[in-house]
Amino acid sequence: MSRIFETPLYPYARSPDQDAKGPVRRPVAVVGAGPVGLAAAIDLVQHGVPVVVLDENDKVSWGSRAICFAKRPLEILDRLGCGDPMVDKGVVWNQGKVFFRDRQVYAFDLLPESGHKRPAFINLQQYHFEKFLVDRVRALQAEGRPIELRGGSKVVVIRRQDDGVQLTVDTPDGPYRLDCDWLIACDGAGSPIRTMLGLDFVGRIFEDNFLIADVVMEDSPDFPVERRFWFDPPFNPGQSALLHKQPDHVWRIDLQLGWDIDKREEAKPEKVIPRLKAFLGEDAKFEIEWISIYTFQCRRMPKFRHGRVIFAGDAAHQVSPFGARGANSGLQDTDNLAWKLALVLSGRAPDSLLDSYDAERIHGADENILNSTRSTDFITPKSEASRLFRDAVLDLSEHFPAFRPMVNSGRLSVPCTYDGSPLNGPDHPAMPARTRPGAPAVDAPIPGGWLIDRLGGGFQLLTVDADAPDRLDADGIPVTRLALSTAADDGLLAERWLGAARSAVYLIRPDQHVAARWERYDEGEVLAAVAKATGRA
Amino acid sequence: MADLVTTPNIAGADDFYADLIAAHQGLTKAESDALNARLILILANHVGDRTALAQAIVAAKNAGRN
Ligand SMILES: Cc1cc2nc3c(=O)[nH]c(=O)nc-3n(C[C@H](O)[C@H](O)[C@H](O)COP(=O)(O)OP(=O)(O)OC[C@H]3O[C@@H](n4cnc5c(N)ncnc54)[C@H](O)[C@@H]3O)c2cc1C
Repeated sequence: MSRIFETPLYPYARSPDQDAKGPVRRPVAVVGAGPVGLAAAIDLVQHGVPVVVLDENDKVSWGSRAICFAKRPLEILDRLGCGDPMVDKGVVWNQGKVFFRDRQVYAFDLLPESGHKRPAFINLQQYHFEKFLVDRVRALQAEGRPIELRGGSKVVVIRRQDDGVQLTVDTPDGPYRLDCDWLIACDGAGSPIRTMLGLDFVGRIFEDNFLIADVVMEDSPDFPVERRFWFDPPFNPGQSALLHKQPDHVWRIDLQLGWDIDKREEAKPEKVIPRLKAFLGEDAKFEIEWISIYTFQCRRMPKFRHGRVIFAGDAAHQVSPFGARGANSGLQDTDNLAWKLALVLSGRAPDSLLDSYDAERIHGADENILNSTRSTDFITPKSEASRLFRDAVLDLSEHFPAFRPMVNSGRLSVPCTYDGSPLNGPDHPAMPARTRPGAPAVDAPIPGGWLIDRLGGGFQLLTVDADAPDRLDADGIPVTRLALSTAADDGLLAERWLGAARSAVYLIRPDQHVAARWERYDEGEVLAAVAKATGRA
Repeated sequence: MADLVTTPNIAGADDFYADLIAAHQGLTKAESDALNARLILILANHVGDRTALAQAIVAAKNAGRN
């Protein structure tokens, strides 16, 4: 049986661009068809921007890599039209257990807040995730949308110009020139585009190696759907271990190996199988699907925007996997970028709007790097004092709940709020902090469905118990109204969107983030806030 | 947010001090270090106030300078 990640999904096919007389020019080219490049392309075409995706490969991610996807990315995927297949396929989990040495120190239940369409997390192999994105690309193509996915197309030369970018793309038929107005570089942590442009990628490398193995255990139904994390377990002394369930009887095993190891040697089956048996039990029946040895890093580019070249995903920032922030934050990058680029391309916003992508997503990347660095330091203490306190926290947390919040086996990705963003407009002090300007919309049940499904794509006025016009033209940018009332509400809408205010008018951005809020509608105020949120003021 | 108390605050300071030393009686260096770490965490949780905790860290660092 061939595995999904071994089957070509977008094999190379000769493009008419290769036979054109001169170089063909496209509005946007995306380099890289990983999760981030595919999401960027789908988002752009949904905003009406024609897009070409180039990838040197023709398959989905080799092995599962990312497995844990958080609620906010799922909401973004809903907006991109592919949330349902992912959530249907994914494993929803809430329970976790923490072990220290030979004993369980505590168990937890994430107890997700009720009244949200999407769960806190799902586990899903990255290859499935990318496959669903490719399916969505195909569906858009079938509708006649201008989105192209070119496999076997490697960008080998990039030349930046004031008003665009020139690329040389190498293919099995030889190289060709492709020009574009804008280039989105989603070419991964080793980003050749970044290297070709001589741009920095600075940060920290953690002096540690991890064995990541995905094993198929067809007949081990007794392993429950929960996240299990071990500090210093007997089967991997002095190191850590993680076990997590994925769909199709696949389990993720993550074993810390330490720094001074021979990576090639450790990846050999004769080394790996005994390790896995020590972990899963001598009698466990399993088949290895994928194995890799990783060294983790936390790095980012000082700036994500370089004129007409914009970096997103791992190419722009890389985090250690503890906390599942890589793909999750990459999806928030493109969520932030697509609508801005679409407005700039259509001439309705100045080019400087894209600088706010830098401001907002660097803020997001720093938050992720901070969290992921702290987790890594807790899991792999680098000094004697750090290990002493880590062990003390674990010992204490077995006896007292007070110390459990300090146990850091990865703080799972939560959405970023763009506090202090240049796009934010007026706030209202009586309204809830969680829906302040810069925050992503907080879901709530509404008559006939979910609030989150009614937001996004364009600028909107969300009114709660307030009057406003149903439609507004903000200097060429349409603003439509979503009118809600707390009359039929079970309290969640009021709690999340009104707070102590009697009524509320929210300006929501196309990426579902709050731009500004008031108690009552005022045309002048709203127009000014739209101007601010689009970089026109 | 309360300031760190740096004036005498424990009634029966001699008794407390004796209890502290007694707790370490017979422990190896590693066991003593671990006990101290647990004790610091328990006391820190009891204090709770981040301002006082931050001041305590600074005070402890500074007092160790010659
Ligand atoms: C073990 C492990 C576990 C992880 N777990 C999680 C998790 O649970 N949750 C999470 O959110 N993240 C996780 N991540 C991180 C996640 O895998 C990455 O963040 C994610 O793949 C980044 O996506 P991307 O699209 O930016 O880059 P990539 O997926 O690396 O894609 C880059 C693409 O660019 C293409 N490319 C490169 N150079 C060129 C070129 N010159 N021309 C054309 N194409 C090119 C490549 O072929 C590739 O398809 C994990 C990572 C690892 C390694």
